Amino acid sequence: MLRDITIGQHFPGDSVLHRCDPRLKLLGTVGYIAVLFVAGNPLGIGLALAFLAALYAAARIPYKMILKSLKPILPIILFTSVLNLFFVSGQGQAPLFSWWVFTVYPQGVRYAVLLSLRVIALIAGTSLLTYTTSPIVLTDALESVLRPLGRLHFPVHELAMMMTIALRFIPTLIEETEKIMNAQKARGALLDTGTVLQRVKALVPILVPLFISAFNRASDLAVAMECRCYRGGEGRTRLKVLRYTRTDALCAAVLVLALAAIAATRWLVPGL
Amino acid sequence: MPDIIQIEHLRYVYNAGMPDETVALDDVSFTVGEGDFVGVIGATGSGKSTLIAHLNGLNRPTSGRVLIDGRDMWQKGEDLRAFRFLVGLVMQYPEYQLFEETCAADIAYGPRNMGLSEAEVAARVREAAAFAGLDEALLQRSPFELSGGQKRRVAIAGVMAMRPRVLVLDEPAAGLDPEGRDTILSQIRDYHQKTGTTVLLVSHSMEDIAKYADRVLVLSSARVAMYDTVEAVFDRAPELLRLGLSVPQITQVFLRLREMGLDITADVYTVPYAVKTVQKALAAKQQRKGGAADAP
Repeated sequence: MLRDITIGQHFPGDSVLHRCDPRLKLLGTVGYIAVLFVAGNPLGIGLALAFLAALYAAARIPYKMILKSLKPILPIILFTSVLNLFFVSGQGQAPLFSWWVFTVYPQGVRYAVLLSLRVIALIAGTSLLTYTTSPIVLTDALESVLRPLGRLHFPVHELAMMMTIALRFIPTLIEETEKIMNAQKARGALLDTGTVLQRVKALVPILVPLFISAFNRASDLAVAMECRCYRGGEGRTRLKVLRYTRTDALCAAVLVLALAAIAATRWLVPGL
Repeated sequence: MPDIIQIEHLRYVYNAGMPDETVALDDVSFTVGEGDFVGVIGATGSGKSTLIAHLNGLNRPTSGRVLIDGRDMWQKGEDLRAFRFLVGLVMQYPEYQLFEETCAADIAYGPRNMGLSEAEVAARVREAAAFAGLDEALLQRSPFELSGGQKRRVAIAGVMAMRPRVLVLDEPAAGLDPEGRDTILSQIRDYHQKTGTTVLLVSHSMEDIAKYADRVLVLSSARVAMYDTVEAVFDRAPELLRLGLSVPQITQVFLRLREMGLDITADVYTVPYAVKTVQKALAAKQQRKGGAADAP
């Protein structure tokens, strides 16, 4: 049940994408998101989706994982596309149909479809990053990419450490929650039936032990870190130093070309 | 008497279809008679915890059947909750499930979920607290101020208070000092003897199993390796050692003695029985020597 949450989940493998430098993947994802919003026409979005499909194939991640990652945000996609459907008015266009206060223009349909595809590409694209990169490596990359901000006294290392710890504890807390839920279910807890108030009340026996154990864990971790003389990022060296390789350069070239092509559709075929 | 637990060809797979798919249980079949005290033993990762989660309907078998009191709990129309009240499960480190303001309220959580009257709930809380050796003064205190061993006993009382027909305990003594260990385990034995409840005790410790259980279920890499009386299982000590399990220290001593050529039985697994066996062997030796009374 809780294990179905796939956001931030790692899908171990040994493909080109898995081995690619995490900084490149991180920057590539940011670039991809930017390009998604530059490309405004069906051709651009289509290209972006095709590129993503190719990447999933290269990473050997089954397409059903995309569906899994989309499941939790499906309501948001539906909500925004419905809003677009009814509130975008086409200038000078004849309405497709109108009923009561609702009027749908072809322009609205176009916006709704493009926007949902865009959000889908966005989620699937960012999921690909976490699927192919373990969280620890990812925060390393983030720290390395953000390092220039350190000059402005921005606590880059601390932020990265906090993220690493938070990500590290998600699976632990999920496991813990399942254990506690099982223990209370074994004592006859009813978690998924009853009125809203009853359900909220049924959560107390799960949340109280969960919070207590999370606080205990946090305090244990702090003590353990202090025992090993942790004192922040200054002068700290790494066990695994990130280095760009020739494969990374090749990946970067492919990525830049693809992103440029997707972005270019905006100006090359403006009439679409 | 009909068997209270019947497991038929149970198979359970974790993360089916993912790269990290693992078979946790494979073709597990056994039965437990009403009133038995069964020890469940196996190396880490042999499937003990997965198995007992099935007895309580927390895991759904990938294939195979789990019958409690002759009824299949996953059959359509069966109420899973009824089975959970029938089979009480005490998980590993159960003190983490405590949440109420007082121990009494926490013990009452299970019985209350059963929909019993307040008077009945109060009676059961008192009864379970007595079985778990918790005195009245303790019941009104917050569970979070208690020691680890006391918390553990509150949690066990919380399951006993549901008066299940089968009590399943997963490593109830894990992480306790030797005294706390003996207290909890002998309380469980007393509970078993006084109420006649069927008990399944999961443990790593062969000593504990030998001391308290009548029968032993040995799991090894997702399968049932042995299921027999304590005597019969410890008689196969070399096999147990091959499965990565230990036998009680006293049994190891006797195994070595037999290897050294002494005419002695090796089915010794408690110290008092060991003393008796040694005395018997000495007496036999003296008889054989006949007149040589001054021989050592």
